[in-house]
Amino acid sequence: MLSDFAVETLDLCRSFKLKKAKKENNDGLVTALDNVSLTIRKGELFGLLGPNGAGKTTLIKILSTLLLPTSGKALVDGIDVVRHPEKVRKRINMVTGGETSGYGILTVRETLWMFSQFYGIPTRIVRERIDHMLKLLDMEKFARTKIGKLSSGMRQKMNIIRGFICDPEILFLDEPTLGLDVQISRDVRKYIKRWVKENTKKTVLLTTHYMAEADELCDRLAIIDQGKVLICDSPSNLKKSLKRDAVFHIEVGLLTDGLDRFKAVSGVKSFAYEHRHHLGRTLLKFILEDDSVISNVTGTLSQNGSKIITLSKVEPTLEDVFVSLVGKGLEQ
Amino acid sequence: MKYSSIKDNLRTIKLSSWLGWAMESNWADPFLFAIYSVIRPIASSLILVFMYMVVTGGKTKTELFAYIYIGNAFFMYVYNVLFGISWVIHEDREHYQTIKYIYIAPIRMYYYLFGRGTAKMIITTFAVIIAIAFGMVILKIPVDLGKVNYPLLLVSMLVGLFIITCLGVLLAGVMILTAHHSWYLTEGIAGIFFLACGAIYPIDILPIWLQYLSKILPLTYWLELLRRAVLGKSLSVTLSYYSNFQLMLIMLVTTAFLAMFSHYIYRTFDHIARRYGRIDQLTNY
Repeated sequence: MLSDFAVETLDLCRSFKLKKAKKENNDGLVTALDNVSLTIRKGELFGLLGPNGAGKTTLIKILSTLLLPTSGKALVDGIDVVRHPEKVRKRINMVTGGETSGYGILTVRETLWMFSQFYGIPTRIVRERIDHMLKLLDMEKFARTKIGKLSSGMRQKMNIIRGFICDPEILFLDEPTLGLDVQISRDVRKYIKRWVKENTKKTVLLTTHYMAEADELCDRLAIIDQGKVLICDSPSNLKKSLKRDAVFHIEVGLLTDGLDRFKAVSGVKSFAYEHRHHLGRTLLKFILEDDSVISNVTGTLSQNGSKIITLSKVEPTLEDVFVSLVGKGLEQ
Repeated sequence: MKYSSIKDNLRTIKLSSWLGWAMESNWADPFLFAIYSVIRPIASSLILVFMYMVVTGGKTKTELFAYIYIGNAFFMYVYNVLFGISWVIHEDREHYQTIKYIYIAPIRMYYYLFGRGTAKMIITTFAVIIAIAFGMVILKIPVDLGKVNYPLLLVSMLVGLFIITCLGVLLAGVMILTAHHSWYLTEGIAGIFFLACGAIYPIDILPIWLQYLSKILPLTYWLELLRRAVLGKSLSVTLSYYSNFQLMLIMLVTTAFLAMFSHYIYRTFDHIARRYGRIDQLTNY
């Protein structure tokens, strides 16, 4: 054991140069990670929660040795990812969601066997492991199917198994359920939970922009936006931090103009919205200083002629935590 | 190198050869496989044969014809294996989108690339044998199987395949940073070797400045040694001053330099690719 921490980052920065056409209005640099300092303990299922473009994938790429940081330090199991990438690679694996990777000519079983062999796992053990994992993820009947003939959901399931097959010390899951249907996502989450429970020394770093997924799976999580870590704690503690505030959700008819005025209402700490076009409604999410402020909000809605369809006071969710920190919803 | 490393590297070569073979042979379509691996190289050899016959008025029983035919047959290795190794980067990144999973696995990419190229080597070996047999039987190329210098042929082939692997790795390094230029790059580099290494004519006819390039390229000595092993002689005046042993020595020295250069280029470009985030960047070309 090289370190007590599975992952440590210290003032980690990463910026990218923009292409010429996009440089006109700035200095040509985009900051993907801005002084990120994090520690993830061994055995933790740690989540990185943030919107698209927040820097989650960039962090995973640095930790998995695919990308070099611009500055700062990143250690995996105490090993510097810049100086000793080959040592890091023996301890990690990664799964990225929303893609259709794989050699179409190989079957599911052949693919899993091949990747396990890159990690030097004896074939006898691998055979049992493949059977076990295919069964757990309900993929037994696809074992002899060529990857080219799999649906994207099944391909993603196979990729998840590929990530676990080498039994890594630290597993990076980058949006593993992205684009999967509800049932497959549920299977995948169940499997991740089970793996961490059965392997108490193994660590998972999961990036997601699904609040419920982060809430359900993670021991601790960091909320990240525009390359900065805004807060890091357990989901329950994060939600507790909003306990003193009043969180209200109001549904109105589809409202697309002048939404910013709600931020200016006296007593509104944070505001976000979510359009539900299929229902013809907009969900307004308020974090208020106290319950009494709701009258100011409803007053503003009346002035605007908006009819309230539902109004409820809700228990704070991770999304509310995100809204309170960033001032907008994840989907905005 | 520790024993475990050797074992790991051999395993990587075995696995990637298996993968390369599965992909190259494409079991689902043996007809296409036959065309690709056998008919195509013979057809391209015949193009050269007919060109030569047109120019010389149909004379194929000359020393020069045998020189050209054998050189061209063995040059198939350069094009196919060079392409096979370097193109892996493009295929795994753009088409199969597996490169990041291969890259973060605890394997050395050199051995992975070499393994993937092995399938091409095997297929090309069949093609070269068929092309030479065709030349012997149909075109009466004077190859006396009883007089072939087999030890020289074997050693030259092993060193030659190592040379081509080094060149493939070098190009693979460049390809990590390139997108749609990859195809032209391989074609272009193979073309330079075809021009400068005496594949279809003795290097003596090249301009002096180009002969300097020929003399630092190990492939020049490789092709010369192969001709000597198979035909018993060659036509290059410049290289005729050297014995087989001396040529072998020069080939080994230039190969050592090439191996170091290839390693340096691959490492440098790999580092640049990590710096700019190009390892798994899809360009959709």
